[in-house]
Formats: sequence, C-alpha cells, structure tokens
Amino acid sequence: MTLDWQVFLQDDGGGRTYLEWMFEAWGWTLSVAGSAWVVAMASGCLMGILRTLPQDTRLNVWLARLANAWVELFRNIPVLVQIFLWYFVLPKVFPAMQQVPGFVLVVLGLGFFTSSRVAEMLRAGIQAMPRGQRYAAMAMGFTTWQTYRYVLLPIAFRTIWPPLTSESMNLLKNSSVAFAVSIAELTMYAMQVQEETSRGIEVYLAVTALYTVSAFAVNRVMALVERRMQIPGLVVAGNVGGGH
Amino acid sequence: MSALDFSFVEWDIFNKFVLKGMLFSIELTVIATVGGIVFGTSLALMRLSGNKVLELPAVIYVNGMRSIPLVMVILWFFLLIPFLIGRSIGAELSATITFVAFEAAYFSEIMRAGIQSIPRGQVMAGQALGMSYGQNMRLIVLPQAFRNMIPVLLTQTIILFQDTSLVYAIGAYDLLKGFVTAGKIYGRVEEVYILAALVYFVICFGLSALVRRLQARIAIIR
Repeated sequence: MTLDWQVFLQDDGGGRTYLEWMFEAWGWTLSVAGSAWVVAMASGCLMGILRTLPQDTRLNVWLARLANAWVELFRNIPVLVQIFLWYFVLPKVFPAMQQVPGFVLVVLGLGFFTSSRVAEMLRAGIQAMPRGQRYAAMAMGFTTWQTYRYVLLPIAFRTIWPPLTSESMNLLKNSSVAFAVSIAELTMYAMQVQEETSRGIEVYLAVTALYTVSAFAVNRVMALVERRMQIPGLVVAGNVGGGH
Repeated sequence: MSALDFSFVEWDIFNKFVLKGMLFSIELTVIATVGGIVFGTSLALMRLSGNKVLELPAVIYVNGMRSIPLVMVILWFFLLIPFLIGRSIGAELSATITFVAFEAAYFSEIMRAGIQSIPRGQVMAGQALGMSYGQNMRLIVLPQAFRNMIPVLLTQTIILFQDTSLVYAIGAYDLLKGFVTAGKIYGRVEEVYILAALVYFVICFGLSALVRRLQARIAIIR
C-alpha cells in the first residue's frame, strides 16, 4: 500500500485544492463546535442551577421540574435524531423557522443535547458541596442570587471543570454528526472526498489528525483555565471515564 | 403551524420496517457491551500492569480511540476491513466490529477507575493469603470493581445504545434506518423522526430509571 498525498494538491473542480477545502471544513467543525459550546454552557448552567434551587416557593418547585424535564428530554434521544428533529421537523411544524440557516439549527441541536450533560454535572457539583456553605450564605443575609454568585458557583465550577473538559472534547467530536444534514464540516468532507478521489486512507488520516489536534487543543485550553483559577488548598474530586 | 400527519401509523409499519432495525440496534448494543467490557478490562489490566511493554500499546489505543469521533471510527473500519481482507463484509458486521473496538476504549477507562477504587489492603490481603496475581484479580479485585462500576457500566450502555444510531453513516439497517425507510415509503419523512425520537426516549428513559433504582440497591455498605 502506498500513500499518495498528492491528492490534496488536486483541484476539486471548483477552483480550490482539496487541501484548501479541508481547512475550510475544519473551520466549519470548529465553528459548529464552538458555537454549540456557548449554547450548551449557557443553557446547561441555567438548567443545572434551576435544579438545585431551594424548594421553598411554588415558582422554584416548578422551575426545578422544568429543568429536570429539560435534562431528561435532551439526554435520552440520540444526538443524530435530535439533529434531524431540528433540521427537518421543526421547520416543517413552524414554517417561520424555514428562514433560519441550517448552521444555526445544528448548533442549537448539538448545544441543547450537550446542555443536558452540563446541567447534570453542575447539579451534582452544587449538591456535592456541604450544606453549611448555603446556610452560611443565608445567615449572612445573602439573596439566592448572591448565594449562587459568591458562594456556590465559584466552587461548583472548579469541581466540575475536569468532567466539563471531557464533555467539551465530546462536543467537538459530536459535531461530526452535522455531516448528516450536509454541513460542510470535516466528516462530511471526508465522506465526500473519499468518494470523489478514492483516496480514502489519506483523506481519513488527515481528517483524523485534525480532530485529534483539535481535541488536544480543547484539552490544553481547559487545563490552562483550570490551573489559572485553582484555589490553593482546595482539592476537587476527579471524574470517572465514560461518556462520548 | 403546518400539520404533521400521523394517520399512516399502524402496527404493520413496526413489523415490516422498524422491528428488523430495532433488533439490530439491540444486538449491536449487547455485543458491543459484552465485547467492550471483555476487551476493556484486558486493556485496563494492561495499563495497570506496571509493565511498559503492555502499558504503552494500551495507552495509545485507548487515548487514540477516545480522541476520534465515533462516526469517523465507523467510516475507518468500513473503509479498512474490505481493504485488509480483500472483500466486503457488509455494513452491519462492520458496525459490530467497530463498536466492540471503540467501546473497549471507553469501558477500559471505567474498569481502570473501578480497579483503582479497590483499597490497596484488599490486594495485600490476597497476597498475604498466597494468591497469585491472576487469583487476586479474579477472586478479589475484579468482582468488587465490577460491582462498584455497575451503574457507570449501565449508563455507558445506554449512551452506547443511543450511539448505535450513528451507523447511519454507512447505511446499516438499525432502528433509525427502519423509521427513515418507512417514512420514505409512506411519504412521511418528518413524522418518522418524531416516532424514532419517541421510541429512543422511552427505551433510554426507562433504562436510566432502572439504573437509578439499581444504584440505590447495590451500593456496598462499608
């Protein structure tokens, strides 16, 4: 078997080389994953917090129920099916959504899927804290918002940072399902160029390398943040492997 | 709001299109779980062996697999297997081999954590009784490691079941494909996605509720 890397210098018929196309595809992968990460963190953190609110008012009880339902809904349907629901079904049910670009729909799909896992982590992170922390905040006269902002969340985020790191890498890898709705990202690129050039091994090797590099970069950035916000003397528990 | 039309739904569709795919999805999940645990435990033991020659290949394999999207792994095997053995083996068999190989990496991380969670005193007690490494692992460490890890292993299996839908990439006939095929034939392409989502949801939600109950029951009291 001989590898023929010349294939990347060939023209794809549209005036760009396969190499240039690949870097464009990489850009799509990174922007899908990056945007979905923002959606996942925002909605996941909100839902995670709602699930741990003190159950002393009617409103809070209902908010926690809503957040629990959110997590179960987005966690128990395969991500590929969720992408199909966003891309095909919602625009059909709500014609107004037909104006929304496919990229946005995929980002929302991936983001909300990941949000259920973020919410679950944050809930566990908050609940793992000693009750005394919350009570101390209440005794100081903190409002609920202040309790979360100054007491619970700073520690909870540090606790969940290691699993959040692997979840962020999972999100990057899961962005590959966007191929199914023709987003021109790396996996889509790999499938299409494999067919066009019959140089599957070279193309897959290159794409795999880009995924590995990206996942590693995510890992390093998250580790950097983890070190930067480390509190001396605070030991946070590690996580158990699994997921994807 | 444009109407969805579910009037085409009847048992016949399930029997004709969905059942076959559903059985494959379940089969794939079971084989990948069992195979993944067997190979994953071996990989975990290699990593914890303290022998560099065994450790390094296991580390490279596990970390390599875990840094690539599952869809790419599915595509890789689908491309490489015919290339290596000289003939095509079909999307279903290719998917099965892929899932065992891929899940082994994830199960190995779970088993490694499980083995490491066993207090050192247990291993030492085994050694004090004159047990060999194999006896110690088989009789003392692994049974406890499995028991501690059952909830995590089952949760991973639920994720695995959801991920079997990704065989879509090579066109294997699974649960999702069963619905998509029915949708194409009846001209109800959007509706079947909702049905598929419902079936996946019911199965996964039910299983995770079971895992939660089991978790409360099997916890070892120390």
